[in-house]
Amino acid sequence: MQRINREAGFRAREDRLRDLLGRGLAGDNAAYQVFLTELSAHLRAFLRRRLVRLPDEIEDLVQESLLAVHNQRHTYDPTQPLSAWVQAIARYKLVDLLRRRATYELLNDPLDEDMELFTTADSEAAEARRDLNKLLADLPDQFRLPIVHTKLEGLSVKEAADLSGMSESAIKVGVHRGLKALAAKIRGAL
Amino acid sequence: MKTEDLISLLATGAGAIEAPVAAQQRYAVAIGWGAAGASLLMLALLQVRHDLGQALLLPMFWVKVGFVACLAAGSLFAALRLSRPGAKISWLPIALGLPVLGIWAIAAFTLLEADPLQRSKLFFGETWRTCPLLIAMLSVPVFAAVLRTMKDLAPTRLRLAGFAAGLLSGSVAALVYCLHCPEMGAPFIAFWYLLGALIPAGVGAVLGNSILRW
Repeated sequence: MQRINREAGFRAREDRLRDLLGRGLAGDNAAYQVFLTELSAHLRAFLRRRLVRLPDEIEDLVQESLLAVHNQRHTYDPTQPLSAWVQAIARYKLVDLLRRRATYELLNDPLDEDMELFTTADSEAAEARRDLNKLLADLPDQFRLPIVHTKLEGLSVKEAADLSGMSESAIKVGVHRGLKALAAKIRGAL
Repeated sequence: MKTEDLISLLATGAGAIEAPVAAQQRYAVAIGWGAAGASLLMLALLQVRHDLGQALLLPMFWVKVGFVACLAAGSLFAALRLSRPGAKISWLPIALGLPVLGIWAIAAFTLLEADPLQRSKLFFGETWRTCPLLIAMLSVPVFAAVLRTMKDLAPTRLRLAGFAAGLLSGSVAALVYCLHCPEMGAPFIAFWYLLGALIPAGVGAVLGNSILRW
């Protein structure tokens, strides 16, 4: 009985999220925002179960996965289960993080292992450790300006083009490539 | 940046996705350019076999072409699956295994039928030393184009994806190499052609983790 309930709940959520994503891909930004918000809660729970020993990384990885989902959303095949798609992306980002950390720790011997207990605290678990604003500020202008104008200041593509002196297509391409560059920067900055 | 801020950043002005170019189409373009590059390399360095006109009439020529074409189709299917997160891949061993088992069956039959003294000639032919290496060399343009396409989609099993990309480029290169290669023995094809296609596949499996990351 419990299993049936669990499955019914899963189906309902899958259908709801898929519907929201479908509307988002068709241009409904509000639905897309709801989709990302609900997805982030699922991602957080999924990653928390798998990063018990690295609680500081959870929120960073939630953000990285959201960015990946956003950047790859044009490759989503609507006939494929959404849960399988998102989970494969989240797991990939998780493995990528663990691999990066393994390399990092191999090269950097922690000196303060004995002090670990009293130097770690969980009060800020909801804060991302890495500041995306800083990484964003480091992007070259051709990527940064389109993102700042259209996404942070909420201007239209045309207004952003007039303001920055770039062409409208350069703005569109800049946003797309800029978010990819941001994802690449995240991978570079452990 | 808080996660909710990131979410509103991503959603603001996200707009509609313009009809995405299907993955199949991207691969078709990549393979087209790669095959053109491989053909140019073949024409420049190897030349077409002089008796191609007669060879076209022999069934064995078409068995050879059929085998590499099936291998290319199987590995294209694999590459398409592997460049999409979460797609089912349980069919892949069958898609890749069937063409190989087919040519092995033909090769085994040929060897059993042949005069024992002829068997080693059927297996080694005249060009076994160069054949796999030439196929691997011709696969380079397709390999580069396919890896680029694959990375732009989102593979999550990087070693397998690299293997499939390598096998795809190796079998397309083998298809081009058919126009040059004078060998007509099924046992030769079943071993040396396959080895040639497996060289880029092995390189792809080794390098997948580093070059396909996104």
